[in-house]
Amino acid sequence: MELLTGIFVTPFVQMVTLPDFFLQVLWEGFVGGVLYALIALGFVLIFKASGVFNFAQGIMVVFAGLTLVGLHENGVPAYLALILTIGVMGLLAILVERFVMRPLVNQADIILLMATIGLTIFLIGLGEFIFGGEPKQMITEELGLPTGSTAIEIGSDGLLILQHIDIAAAVIAITMVAILGVFFNKTRIGRALRAVADDHQAALSVGISLNQIWAIVWFAAGIVALATGIMWGARSDVSFALEIIALKALPVLILGGFTSIPGAIVGGLIIGIGEKIGEIYWGPLMGGGIESWLAYMIALIFLLFRPQGLFGEKIIERV
Amino acid sequence: MYYREAGQFKTSYKTDQAILPLREDRIGLMLSLVMAVVVVPLVSNDFVLASIMIPFLILALATIGLNVLTGYAGQLSLGTGAFMGVGAYACYKLTTIFPDVNIIVHILVSGLFAAAVGMIFGLPSLRIKGLYLAVTTLAAQFFLEWCFIRIPWLYNYNASGAIEVPERRGFGDLILTGPAADPLTRYFVVLAIVIVFTLAVKNLVRGRIGRQWMMIRDMDIAAELMGVRPLVAKLSAFAVSSYICGVAGAMFVFFYLGAAEPDAFSITLSFQILFMVILGGLGSLHGSFFGAAFIWCLPIVLRTWLPAIGIDLGAETVFHIAQLVIGALIIFFLIVEPHGLARLWQLAKEKLRVWPFPYG
Repeated sequence: MELLTGIFVTPFVQMVTLPDFFLQVLWEGFVGGVLYALIALGFVLIFKASGVFNFAQGIMVVFAGLTLVGLHENGVPAYLALILTIGVMGLLAILVERFVMRPLVNQADIILLMATIGLTIFLIGLGEFIFGGEPKQMITEELGLPTGSTAIEIGSDGLLILQHIDIAAAVIAITMVAILGVFFNKTRIGRALRAVADDHQAALSVGISLNQIWAIVWFAAGIVALATGIMWGARSDVSFALEIIALKALPVLILGGFTSIPGAIVGGLIIGIGEKIGEIYWGPLMGGGIESWLAYMIALIFLLFRPQGLFGEKIIERV
Repeated sequence: MYYREAGQFKTSYKTDQAILPLREDRIGLMLSLVMAVVVVPLVSNDFVLASIMIPFLILALATIGLNVLTGYAGQLSLGTGAFMGVGAYACYKLTTIFPDVNIIVHILVSGLFAAAVGMIFGLPSLRIKGLYLAVTTLAAQFFLEWCFIRIPWLYNYNASGAIEVPERRGFGDLILTGPAADPLTRYFVVLAIVIVFTLAVKNLVRGRIGRQWMMIRDMDIAAELMGVRPLVAKLSAFAVSSYICGVAGAMFVFFYLGAAEPDAFSITLSFQILFMVILGGLGSLHGSFFGAAFIWCLPIVLRTWLPAIGIDLGAETVFHIAQLVIGALIIFFLIVEPHGLARLWQLAKEKLRVWPFPYG
């Protein structure tokens, strides 16, 4: 009985009696969700264009963040470091396309997945070799990102505290999605990308260079990774632990479907908010720390009812 | 020349259905068994036995376990580490509750717990496929890891939160586990279990149930139409796979690590074993051994040889470089031979068959 009240009554009572705290939790979840969505966006970009599930997206986030901070630590001005980091991500994209993707064209999905996990291990080794294994502080102020916080009064004595960096993260994420949307729909390269996503062979036959397109998507994913790295780094710090957090993009993708950019956003928000609310209101019942698996369980439950994901098309199988 | 089946006639059903129909294969197997049972214990020191051979054999067993699920039944799993953990914690609890029963019995029984957990997390596989299934197994991985941390009963309310292997004797008064156990004893116990399991799995996969797994893997709808029940086939694959992984996990703690924190069964271990499966070759038992040897021994070799050939960089840097090289090698191997070391072995055999002529 006590357990049942704990599950079905107490959390809701808490939500109603402390609305400002509930809003705070919602906001935290929203920001977390935006960051998940950003990581998922990187996955979606590459999956759309090449059908590769890029496991290395998480480590690319870390790698981009580390490069940026590392350059700055060695005396490069912040904005120059940012441009150089974009250059590094471009170089990485070209190298990955040339030495990983191109030789593995037409292999089974699981082989490509494994190759990106291999890439993950390689990048972890490389990152630790160059920058050392210890966490680094993100250069938030030097990049001109806001750092303060605003308190909004709610009702008589409620307070909602919004970190400026979180607002910036949300704004940047929205801008990025908008830019990507325009890029995909209005530009020549964007159309080529969609053509490749639809059908590799048909795209080849009308003269689209697959290699070039793949390098471009990896580069785009690299830039998304850099943005994610900066945002996430500003909230905590830049460390290899992020790589595990990036795995949370998987349930996000499951919810949103592997090829849908809006899906990635909605999925990210559902996971982010759901997991925060679950952790705060139901977590204590189970001893806390349920954030580590709740996202997967949410995805699992969704999958049991919709095996193709929220936005996926109905899977029709033939023999 | 060296590897010809010509002239080897099968005159009875028994010889026709032998596990290794070729004489050369049988000789090869005998040689490797002799190597494992006689030569390795004779020439190896305690270090080689305790930190290379024992973990290699245990991880090879775990690889076989995952291979049953991924290689034979075609269900991608990223939760191997957690299933191994279930075996380890179950064994630890069993041996605290029944200290007098032989530890090997406990190890074999603890696999059953892993099998049960594996079947529960295998249930979604009836509706979900491919990468989507990988996410459900990730749920298993993180949920179970959380359980290992948050349920103090599992580690007997230790202050350290780790399980420490108690000393257990068996077969007369031989010390089998614990800090005082001789590496040689542990090696023989591990070797015996691994040999028995490999033989059992070999027979399982070439029998009725194994064929059903492979049918499900190759095309599940067609298999269903032909009378294979997906429920039975998939869940049995999950059960057998998790059982083997559970046994491997229990051995991993009791015969190799000696003490384990929940960290030991993290997602890293799951990936490591998945790599062993892929690099060794999906759906190949000897490939599992190749894969385990490659992934386990390579970092050790790199760490010991890089300083030895004059590149002295300090332990941490060598560790990072080893990781870098492993990542690159994994990609390289996938490019050169996506079907794994087992396929390379097969190609080598084809070459040996016609040697010294280029064509047979």
